[in-house]
Amino acid sequence: MNRAAASKKPGRLRLGIDVGGTNTDAVLMDGDVVVAWHKATTGRHITDAIVAAAGAVLQQGGVAPAQIHAVMLGTTQFTNAVIERRRLNPVAVLRLAAPATTAVPPMSDWPADLAAVVGSHTYLAHGGLEFDGRPISALNEAEIGAIAREIRGLGLTAVAITSVFSPLDADMELRAEAVLRQELPDAAITLSHRIGRIGLLERENAAILNAALSGLAAQVLEAFNRAIDDLGLSAPLYISQNDGTLMTVAHAAQYPVLTFASGPTNSMRGAAVLSGLGDALVVDIGGTTTDIGLLLDGFPREAAMTVELGGVRTNFRMPDLLALGLGGGSLVRDGGASIGPDSVGFELRQRALVFGGDTLTLSDMAVAAGNMTLGDRARVARLDGVEVALARAAAMIEGALERVRPSAARLPVILVGGGAPLLHGESIGGGEIVRPSHGQVANAIGASIAMVGGECDRIFSLDDLSRAEAVTAATDEAKARAAAAGADAATIRIVEMDEIPLSYMPGNATRLRVKAVGDLAGGRT
Amino acid sequence: MIRITLDDLDDIALGATFLGTGGGGDPYIATLMTRRAIAANGPVTMLSLDELADDALVMSCGNLGAPTVAIEKIMGADQPPNAVLALEKHLGRPADALMAFEAGGSNSMMPIYIAAMLGRTMVDADGMGRAFPELQMVTFSVYGAPSAPMALASEHGDTTILDIGDDARAEYIARGIAIRMGARSAMAAYPMDGKTARRVAIPGTTSLCQAIGADLAQSRAQNRDPFAALIKMLAGTHYGHARVLYTGKVTDLVRETRQGYAVGQVTIAAQTGDRQRTDGPPLEIQFQNEFLAARQGSALRAIVPDLICILDSEMAQPITTERLRYGQRVTVMAVSAPPIMRTDKALAVFGPSAFGLPEAFVPVEALDEEEMRHG
Repeated sequence: MNRAAASKKPGRLRLGIDVGGTNTDAVLMDGDVVVAWHKATTGRHITDAIVAAAGAVLQQGGVAPAQIHAVMLGTTQFTNAVIERRRLNPVAVLRLAAPATTAVPPMSDWPADLAAVVGSHTYLAHGGLEFDGRPISALNEAEIGAIAREIRGLGLTAVAITSVFSPLDADMELRAEAVLRQELPDAAITLSHRIGRIGLLERENAAILNAALSGLAAQVLEAFNRAIDDLGLSAPLYISQNDGTLMTVAHAAQYPVLTFASGPTNSMRGAAVLSGLGDALVVDIGGTTTDIGLLLDGFPREAAMTVELGGVRTNFRMPDLLALGLGGGSLVRDGGASIGPDSVGFELRQRALVFGGDTLTLSDMAVAAGNMTLGDRARVARLDGVEVALARAAAMIEGALERVRPSAARLPVILVGGGAPLLHGESIGGGEIVRPSHGQVANAIGASIAMVGGECDRIFSLDDLSRAEAVTAATDEAKARAAAAGADAATIRIVEMDEIPLSYMPGNATRLRVKAVGDLAGGRT
Repeated sequence: MIRITLDDLDDIALGATFLGTGGGGDPYIATLMTRRAIAANGPVTMLSLDELADDALVMSCGNLGAPTVAIEKIMGADQPPNAVLALEKHLGRPADALMAFEAGGSNSMMPIYIAAMLGRTMVDADGMGRAFPELQMVTFSVYGAPSAPMALASEHGDTTILDIGDDARAEYIARGIAIRMGARSAMAAYPMDGKTARRVAIPGTTSLCQAIGADLAQSRAQNRDPFAALIKMLAGTHYGHARVLYTGKVTDLVRETRQGYAVGQVTIAAQTGDRQRTDGPPLEIQFQNEFLAARQGSALRAIVPDLICILDSEMAQPITTERLRYGQRVTVMAVSAPPIMRTDKALAVFGPSAFGLPEAFVPVEALDEEEMRHG
């Protein structure tokens, strides 16, 4: 479909793949340059879709599988499973905290339908830490052992373990896991400190969702691996996380929940790399919605509030997005004055006027105006309200941009996604519009250029350390975690630092959250 | 007498976040606790101050600790009831009514929770009428009802009785114990008789939380202007004067820790193209856990103990200082504190000077008149 000069240097090429609910996109990248791209339908078999899309770009690029240095893949499979309550397995939930936290047992605030699928097998055992690292109560191995036998008796194969203040010190979760392993050698055990931050219920919810996805993770990642084998690729496969960094397949198999929201993050990261801009607004226009977010230093600004996923509160690192019910498939009414929020969605090619359908969509208006090439323009030659509709769409996006923009500064606006041609003109709301080429596959491109990250989220007592020493300790820890995750040490930098003083208490404790990222070792050159 | 049911809890939590004026802690977890307690034991009976017998034993309850710890180390189910039971044991008689000491934030839920757990009655009143950072910043202390004797409880079932003659000293010592209890302890204090409660407590604040929450929720459901509706509703209460001070976007945020407090300043600037654009220079709000003073240029617009509330412009969701961030689109409201909180005696305990602010207290309605004359 698209082709540029391919580098003949071995080991620099990467494949970026985005497995969505509708489409599977693949890009062949040489550094930040798009060599080839292809869109395939996802359909029933993920392996086939990946082989079709990735096989096409290898062929277009004239590249042998052995020349590919790394494969990066983003997926919405796990997010969709939770939203649709499908393909989830039951979970034994173990919290280490008693006698604290008994006022709110695990899964207290879960939607009934999701709780029914995951089961309500919850155990509240002794353990957990105080904010200063002292134990709330000692871990009781006999108690954990009895729980393990009960879990085995119930035939449960997935367990989520959450201990109070485990992000400060994970020892209790690790010891409980070791005891459980004696009875349940093959169980998929999720430890909350590996996936969440401070905030017990939100971290525990994420751990439970993760454990509930363990069976599906094994199948999906097997399908990914099979596709890589079928394509004859020998390069390592990495999976995109919600914060725009990568994890290994082995890590993703253990922590599938970390793929949540990786799609919007990839599309924003793709927009950053395609445009070469660090600070900008990103408008991603799809078929049903338009996602608007803010890039700061090349990374999406994160949501500060807790994020609900399928009705469950979590505290994932998620991009702060404003979703607008406006896309290429949005229905147009009232002579163009009213747009969406309903959309023909994936049925655009059956229902839109340009394809001979009977439904007036925003894409029909854009084709009529000559802004977009799609279907048969003759079918929309005599439409009324074209200018009204497109002006209304622009006004909706402009209003949303005004809400996302961080200050009076006029940031450039990067336009990506399949519906990008809907927005015409050179500027919007005073910001210059940037339309990078290949914006329609920004998602897969974002996956291909993802970095490796590490985070530290801990409470420091400033009685023993100066603030500068605490910041140094947090920074060193985040960098060490990035290096352990596979980042090239020379490229690791701090991209985010957040300090929250522990109010209401003397003793000067402060919570520091530091995020470090670096390029994949041996990756980009 | 009214009954608090499961259906009221979300409204009370939303209203309590509003009265929290940026502090007091997120009531989310306390609401989950209370929902379980009412689901298991049935609705809670709430009396008005007028319905209390003169010799009824009233005690106020809540938690002492750090909100940042509260989101990780949730309380034991028996912990808050144990504080009340310990104080009852010490006094040799059961409480006739439980009262909140702080209507703003998560403490608003505690008397409801304990009443549901122990089958007690509660009373519709509190000692702060909003949120404040310290225990002795209550009208009880202002008008001579002492904090002593006081009970503290940990999740282990440990309790302690403090009998301290000065409320500020009691706050200092109780907080030290709370740290040793893992920065999360339940408290029962300020035992008083019904006659005294009528004299020293701020009436109707739990039902006010419910009314504010219900009003905001209804505005969302009916798609009407939540701020205008709330102003109209508050005009019929002892928090009579409310107005929108400013509409704009958070353009600057400075935050630091000073002596255990989250201290800082947030700047809100009007945006061009805004539908409800506010004219004039940016609004600057100083905070110490709660929002203390709002200033615009050289003009004071509102000051503690009057309430300064920052709400999300879109959803009218009150925003706490911990959740403030750059770029948020906000509407700032100022609400007059009830008369019992504005006397000279009260201002000495929780007026501007108690927070080291340079200005003297001026009621928000007087500042509004000034604004209209000059602005």
